[in-house]
Amino acid sequence: MAQALTSPIAMRKTGDQRILWRCFGYLRPYWRLAATTYTATLCITALSLITPQLMRWVVDHGIREQNVRLLAWSVAGLLVVTLIKGVLTFYEGRGTEVISQGVAYNLRNAIHQKLASLSFAYHDQTETGQLLSRAVQDVERIRFLTGRALLRLAGSIILSIGTAIVLITMNPTLALLSMAILPFLAYRAYSYGKQLRPVSLAIQQALAVLTTQLEQNLRGARVVKAFAQEAHENEYFDAENNRWFDLSARSVWLQAINAPLLDLIANAGAVLIIWYGGLLVIRHQLTLGELVAFTTYLGQLVQPIRRLGTIIPAMAMAASAGERIFEILDAPSEVRDAPDAYPLPPVSGHVHFEKVSFAYFGRHQVLREINIDAQPGQIIALLGATGSGKSSIINLIPRFYDPTTGAITIDGHDLRKVTLNSLRDQIGIVLQETTLFAATIRENIAFGRPDATDAEVQAAAQAAQAHDFIQGMPDGYATHVGERGATLSGGQKQRVAIARALLKDPKILLLDDATASVDTETERQIQMALARLMQGRTSFVIAQRLSTVRMANQILVLEKGRIAAKGTHQQLLNTSELYAQIYNGQLKRD
Amino acid sequence: MGPRGALERFSGDVEGRAFDPHVVRRMLAYLRPHWKRMIIATLLMLVATMLTLLTPYLIKVAIDRYITQGDSAGLNRLALWISAAFLGTYVTTVSQSYLLSWVGQRVLATMRSQLFHHLQKLSLGYHDRHIIGVTVSRVINDVAEINELISEGFINIVGDVLLLGGTIIVMFSMSPKLALYTFTVLPLMVLTTWLFARHARVAFRQTRAKIAAVVGDLAENISGMRVIQAFAQENASQERFDTVNRANRDAAVGAMSLSFIFLPTVDFLGMLATAIVLWFGGLAVLHDQLTVGIMVAFLAYVTRFFQPIQDMSQLYTTMQSAMAGGERILELLDTQPAVADPADGQEMAPILGRIELRDVNFLYRQDTPVLRDINLVIEPGQTLALVGPTGAGKTSIANLIARFYDVTGGAVLIDGIDVRTVTQNSLRCQMGLVPQDPFLFPGTIRDNIRFGDPTAPDSAVEAAASSANAHEFIAALPQGYDTPIMEGSANISVGQRQLICIARAVLADPRILILDEATASVDTVTEVLIQEALDRLLEGRTSIVIAHRLSTIRKADLICVVQQGQIIERGSHAQLVAANGLYAQLYARQFVEIG
Repeated sequence: MAQALTSPIAMRKTGDQRILWRCFGYLRPYWRLAATTYTATLCITALSLITPQLMRWVVDHGIREQNVRLLAWSVAGLLVVTLIKGVLTFYEGRGTEVISQGVAYNLRNAIHQKLASLSFAYHDQTETGQLLSRAVQDVERIRFLTGRALLRLAGSIILSIGTAIVLITMNPTLALLSMAILPFLAYRAYSYGKQLRPVSLAIQQALAVLTTQLEQNLRGARVVKAFAQEAHENEYFDAENNRWFDLSARSVWLQAINAPLLDLIANAGAVLIIWYGGLLVIRHQLTLGELVAFTTYLGQLVQPIRRLGTIIPAMAMAASAGERIFEILDAPSEVRDAPDAYPLPPVSGHVHFEKVSFAYFGRHQVLREINIDAQPGQIIALLGATGSGKSSIINLIPRFYDPTTGAITIDGHDLRKVTLNSLRDQIGIVLQETTLFAATIRENIAFGRPDATDAEVQAAAQAAQAHDFIQGMPDGYATHVGERGATLSGGQKQRVAIARALLKDPKILLLDDATASVDTETERQIQMALARLMQGRTSFVIAQRLSTVRMANQILVLEKGRIAAKGTHQQLLNTSELYAQIYNGQLKRD
Repeated sequence: MGPRGALERFSGDVEGRAFDPHVVRRMLAYLRPHWKRMIIATLLMLVATMLTLLTPYLIKVAIDRYITQGDSAGLNRLALWISAAFLGTYVTTVSQSYLLSWVGQRVLATMRSQLFHHLQKLSLGYHDRHIIGVTVSRVINDVAEINELISEGFINIVGDVLLLGGTIIVMFSMSPKLALYTFTVLPLMVLTTWLFARHARVAFRQTRAKIAAVVGDLAENISGMRVIQAFAQENASQERFDTVNRANRDAAVGAMSLSFIFLPTVDFLGMLATAIVLWFGGLAVLHDQLTVGIMVAFLAYVTRFFQPIQDMSQLYTTMQSAMAGGERILELLDTQPAVADPADGQEMAPILGRIELRDVNFLYRQDTPVLRDINLVIEPGQTLALVGPTGAGKTSIANLIARFYDVTGGAVLIDGIDVRTVTQNSLRCQMGLVPQDPFLFPGTIRDNIRFGDPTAPDSAVEAAASSANAHEFIAALPQGYDTPIMEGSANISVGQRQLICIARAVLADPRILILDEATASVDTVTEVLIQEALDRLLEGRTSIVIAHRLSTIRKADLICVVQQGQIIERGSHAQLVAANGLYAQLYARQFVEIG
């Protein structure tokens, strides 16, 4: 019977099996606890098999044979067995929970660690929501699989086999008769799960669509109102909402007819036992106590199989969950420390690009044979249209990506030969998109150097023109940033990010001199802060303004991944038509 | 790092009431349209309960009257009866649970739709004050919680009470003495359940807060992963994550351990009741005071007896969260739109485009004045440029003209008509907006361009795109106008999004245009395209521009310099430069900066 039940899994593609085995592999650190837990399960099963026998004694020997002592002993025995079973159940349950929560904990830590080690190329292609749902829901499914599901599966199989054996030894005919319902039960339980699964998935998707629609509608509330499209949005939402309802109604129908059906089948078994067993009692081929025991055993036989109905679909879900999780864990990290990587010694800031080419995902050629030589302390301005390769040059220096061919060196050290941490420690980055963390302003400024003193943090904030507005906030530097804390304006965020980079005191600076949506006064402050930031460092600047370009020691004009022109402002004005075009374009603009 | 502090504050929320008559009354109103179904379901449940109570009795009859008496014909008959009872239970249970769940889902869908429609009516002031995620959770999660109560809760209370009462009555009528003995376990059971429910509530609430902290921390680390890597803080962030991750694990194990104490205790109490039946019942059978059948029936009733008690303890938690959810939903539904249509439903006539702000005052929140005594006239077809530092009130002026908010003093007049005397729809369908952040909806580019007029033909969409300088790049995309806009817009650049937003406004062909100039930097080529497209868009319309580009400002018919909620300078570019005030200063600085 156990064979028959597990076969649907075996029928599925072996890929699922491999994933499930790999999931079970996470149990290895807990094997001792697992062994104890499963021993407890075995003992519980044995005790469960004894209970109906005690009941039978009560009826047959205690009552029929008028043996009060035996009655007393049997009743006491029942209580003791239940007590022991209770204690074992506690240990079994707790053990399962410790193991499965441990597996979830390890998996989540592993996912986090992996995500932190994956290079930008990976994060470019994935969505936060997707990764989150894997780390939360999918891990939860694996937890269920390695915890309760596995335990119940093992427990159910053992209990079913044990019960079947006891029944057959008690009365083979009645046993076979009562077990006749089991295949139906197993089949219904299985097909119920199978029918429900696609519907549940569809409901989940419909709800996700509904949620996105609502969220985007709220986000765009101003646009919806400005274009007077409330009625249309209502219609659109109602259509999706009705789709969700139709699916839900279907799922509700499936549940309503199937769950009681399992009860009905189990009850049919009970009727069979009462009827045929009763006839046997009448013919004196069975005692009344045995009949009572039989009905109890039937309950023990039916319960596990009903449970399998939920466990088998859960295992299938766990397999697909595992697949999604391992997809993250197995993702190759394109940028890694070399096995013999050494820490980069403190640098003076001589950055050199030697025939560097770079292609995104190996397909889109972004940079072609770039040669740059930046002397310590120089400002290198990068100019060009979107997609010309400015950001790629910036991204290659901290090794967010590796060049496809060619090499980049800092003070003569090939970037691929030094450790990532020691490299990035000496580089400061301020880009247009400023990410701050939900923590205090102080913690955000000290992000790169958690050990910085308050005085250092304040000095950095002052240099970044951020000190004044921070002081003006209700909690000063202890003000919480983010969803439930104060919201900073784009300009304020940018200055906090500048302070964050300043505090690191990097020798090499990568920045974007664009200012987020700010007024002219704030813009002037940010420009001053940026100018101060660049002093005494080798700086690569994605230049949006001519003031920067004029300050630059070298201007690189990029076109389609190549350096089209190179030189100072004065030189380029005379020699490069492209530069003159960009220059004039900007002049004309403002 | 994670929003730990905030979440921990969150988890310490006070326990809510489990019954709030006001909330319950309002929620029950949703069942009114389905009253027939509810009555049928209740009747079916009554029948199902009776059948459930009947079967152990039938088994008792089988044992006492037929099996021990050796009446096999009678047993055959009775087996049929029992089968019929089971079949009846099946049919009634199926129909009852389908009816109830169906109603539950229907109510859920209705509530969601109602909430969505209501959100569309609320003014922007509401949306400013509420975090989007929280509002989403009202509509998605809180509604589901209430549904649990409506579809199952109420009816289950009735069912459980019936089952419990019925069981007690049947047991008493079969053997009062044995029934009394058995019921001695009842107080213990109630006490255990109550104790567990109390502790479990706290423990499970903590677990929820802990897993929320894990999600929060992880979400932040993923979205900030570039910064973490850039600052080489992978280890520190791993340690922080490990802390919340571990706290979640420990809280979950702790909470589940409570269950593993509770469940065996309940089992034991159940067995205690069984032992009582066996012992006292057995003794009574020995003394011929009781039949074996009654004893067996008692054994069956005892197991049915505890289920309702446990269900009810579950119900308490369900009710608590449903009440809390219900309160939050009602709060949302009861929020009156701050900006309302006039009672007479007067519609705005076709707009010529003369805008006047007369002594306009505007308080954003109580006691924080945003605008003070603004007087301003824009003639049809003119462009007004608003200049000034962040927070000066530029956006508020634009928002009042579109009636996103209502003035707190004075009046906004369009063609001499107070905007508060006409319907919002008739007013806004003659207005257009190009937002600062180029917001696009999920859907295709085509859908987004014809957002303002969903019935516009493809030719109109393409014409609008051409006028907005967007046609060329859209046509070059592999899927053209059918290219889906993806979240985070990996496929379309910021500049291109701006062009689509302009095309959207072009297609709407508004009489009055509000343009909040984007400041995100785009490359020079796109910048020129945007500039051209905007010039075309502004032509012939009354426009209010929150300006950042000098070129736009110079072309404006009227420039207002706004500072601290007041217009401190106004005039044309030439006039203002000549006046040598704040505008001249700003202009000079920017000009120097540009070189």
